[in-house]
Amino acid sequence: MTTPTPISPQQLDGQHHDAVENAIELKEVEGLSQGRIVLRRFLRHRGAMASAAVLLAVVVLASTSIGWGPIPGWWKWAPNDLSPIVNDGGAPTLSFSGGITIGEHPFGQDNIGKDVFALVMRGTQQSLLVMFVIGLLASAIGIALGAFAGFFRGRLDNFLMRFTDMVITIPVIMVGAILGAWVGGASPITLALALAAVTWTSMARLVRGEFLSLREREFVDAARVAGASNGRIMFKHILPNAVGVIIVNATLLMAAAILLETALSYLGFGITYPDVSLGNLINEYQTAFATRPWLFWWPGLFIVTIALSINFIGDGLRDAFDPRQRRIPTRRALARADRRAQRKSGVPAAATAEA
Amino acid sequence: MVTSEKSLAPAPVTATAAPAAQAPRRRRLSASAPTLTFIGRRLLSSAIVLLGATFIVYMLLAYALDPLEDLYASSAPNKEQLIEARIRLLDLDTPPVIRYFKWLAGVLGYLIGRGTLGESWVTGQQVTDLLASAIPSTVQLVGGATVIAVALGITVGIASALRQYTGFDYSVTFMSFVLYSLPSFWVAVLLKLWGAIGFNDFLADPTMSTTTIVLLAILSGLVWQVLVGGDLRRRLVTFGMSALASGLVLWGVLASGWLLDPSLGMAGIAVLGIAAAVGLTAMTTGLQNRRALFSSLTVVAIGVALWFPLKYVFVIDGFNGLWVLGLGVVAVGVGLLVGRLYGGPDYGQSMRNAAITAFVVAGLIYVDRVMDVWKPYTNSSYINGRPIATIGSQTPGLNGDYWVETLDRFTHLILPTIALILISFASYTRYSRASLLEVMNQDYIRTARAKGLPERVVTVRHAFRNALIPLATIIPLDIAALFGGAIITERIFSWSGMGSLFIHSLGARDADPIMGYFLVVGTLLVLANIVVDFVYAALDPRIRVNA
Repeated sequence: MTTPTPISPQQLDGQHHDAVENAIELKEVEGLSQGRIVLRRFLRHRGAMASAAVLLAVVVLASTSIGWGPIPGWWKWAPNDLSPIVNDGGAPTLSFSGGITIGEHPFGQDNIGKDVFALVMRGTQQSLLVMFVIGLLASAIGIALGAFAGFFRGRLDNFLMRFTDMVITIPVIMVGAILGAWVGGASPITLALALAAVTWTSMARLVRGEFLSLREREFVDAARVAGASNGRIMFKHILPNAVGVIIVNATLLMAAAILLETALSYLGFGITYPDVSLGNLINEYQTAFATRPWLFWWPGLFIVTIALSINFIGDGLRDAFDPRQRRIPTRRALARADRRAQRKSGVPAAATAEA
Repeated sequence: MVTSEKSLAPAPVTATAAPAAQAPRRRRLSASAPTLTFIGRRLLSSAIVLLGATFIVYMLLAYALDPLEDLYASSAPNKEQLIEARIRLLDLDTPPVIRYFKWLAGVLGYLIGRGTLGESWVTGQQVTDLLASAIPSTVQLVGGATVIAVALGITVGIASALRQYTGFDYSVTFMSFVLYSLPSFWVAVLLKLWGAIGFNDFLADPTMSTTTIVLLAILSGLVWQVLVGGDLRRRLVTFGMSALASGLVLWGVLASGWLLDPSLGMAGIAVLGIAAAVGLTAMTTGLQNRRALFSSLTVVAIGVALWFPLKYVFVIDGFNGLWVLGLGVVAVGVGLLVGRLYGGPDYGQSMRNAAITAFVVAGLIYVDRVMDVWKPYTNSSYINGRPIATIGSQTPGLNGDYWVETLDRFTHLILPTIALILISFASYTRYSRASLLEVMNQDYIRTARAKGLPERVVTVRHAFRNALIPLATIIPLDIAALFGGAIITERIFSWSGMGSLFIHSLGARDADPIMGYFLVVGTLLVLANIVVDFVYAALDPRIRVNA
């Protein structure tokens, strides 16, 4: 009657597997702070690291090649220089046959001889600038509103959240276009400020949710008993604990921001001629697609590259911050973790004995 | 006893008396109909949100758009009078806040039947007329795309979750990231080039070199083996078979000139119908349920038998979309009837399967009929052998019967639809994948497996249904957003829907149509949010509506 239920080999295997996995996880993070664990996980995320490298390369290329503001760059043409057309119709001189040749105009020229590489670099600068400003500012607004709503609750929360609802009800592309038409032709910074004023909503909601749950935790009570002010509790105690959600969302916000900016510039309500942005380049040259496809390829490629790498970085960050995240260890990873643990303690770890 | 009790405890009675007297009605209402009070409160707060949002948009428009811009730059001799006249026309001397309330009064006038959304001052058209022509065309475009994107996204997401951490899963994840990062305007222009110009050029001379065919066959084999999965042997067999099959099909299609004069024919409908019947039965009830299988196959047989007689029905004078709808309903009815007649203890399943199969077969017959007009359509002087259109929603001047017009609509819809699907499908994939993975880790799935249910039942009946719940909360919002149109896609394909209405009005500095546009979009969005709350509460018993 009381014979124990037989455990199927599969189940046993599953349990065992879990144990090994947890053991590795524990072995790896032994004695590390939370920040170090997150950093380590992020650095292990191959896709995110590759994307970070690509993004860094794009930023360096765009900011050094044609210079930034008064700082001169190393590229020989400026975006609006007119030079004699080299190849047939201004085709790109970049070629991969027989080693890489860069030539005078690697990305080609447009019909009046402007250098497409310089134009694309200028556009990338503008788009990146807008993207970072939107990302930072919208996050700051969202964090502030969300923190106040979540921490003080009650009437303030109600008011702030109804206001957020109002802004959410207006489609971003629509209000972006209206704001773009308003500040149109103004500097990219103005456009970024305008767009940041409407893209903070998701951040505010997320931060509010985090604050609502974190404010009930013991460490907040402890801080209050120790005499901390509300501001100190909010920004020194609760905010650092919500940083994972915030960073991940800020990254995704930036990816959305660059797509929004380029779309508006494409529609003619963002950065407009004579200033250059990646979206506005595509708008300007889309009619030349059949005859000079390179005018259209490069700006699009840069938008996709930037947006894709930021999305991947966001994914890596999410994995790194998520405590529930469990990687599937390969056999090699298991062995490596064992060796590392052995080296450290000189004693074989529990998992080795079990295995 | 009762009196003594009362006298014994006077304090609590007096303490509760005050609030009870204050709100007896509210308490009774919220106790008897919590849902009603919930709806009431949600509607009220939504109305306030909408009011605030329209105010924000109105103020933005008032400051962003300057209707006098063109006059300031004009060199007309009577410039001053023109400016005067326009200021009077648009009431520009009144502060925007007051103009907002005037506009609001016009909108609220609909409550007493005398409302107005204003008119476009550039063209003089009523905003309601503009909306009435823009909404159907936008719904046609975005509606189809949304349905396909949802269906495709869920299928791919589920497949990817069931094959977690395989090559297929990783490729789907990577693809969805790429699709997330694609700027829609770029995709649309690329589609115009490859989808329209490229494909039309290809149609002029539809041949491929043997190398291309072999390469495509190998590619399809690779995709299939990744999809089917399994051990090396099984993968190799799948690869070989699917590569061979797709190579043969491709070769057959090209060699027979099928692309120039496509049709399914009786055989095609039979083969595809049987495949649909068997596949559907295998997925839902399992092939061992003979009644379900046979009822679906019977429906296919009926469809194939009706294929020829229906050709005469399709050319009746005045044949239109209503007929199609009616025939579709009849098909589903026949399916239900067949399923019922097969009977058995569990006839509901047979009925459902037969009805779905009937719908598929009816769709195949419809597609076959549309294909019939492909050749005359492409060869007509309006089309000139370049059937895939890049702009507009119909070929001007083309007039044919219902089938020609349907085909014309399809050729105009195809590119913008693909563009929209590419952009929205990734998020559905991500959602359904994450949601199914979450469900598959639940205890009740383990229980279902432990009691010996086949994996098919566990996946379809226990996991899949529950995985759809979170999706049910985003789809109403997407349907509401659908009415906002696709601003960029509509512009690139010159589709005169809501998106174009917005962009044109913004370009013309015409505020009233934009307000009308936002009123429609905002109202639907706010309503969709309420619907989401209810759908969630209805589907997930853990969530309760409380007022």
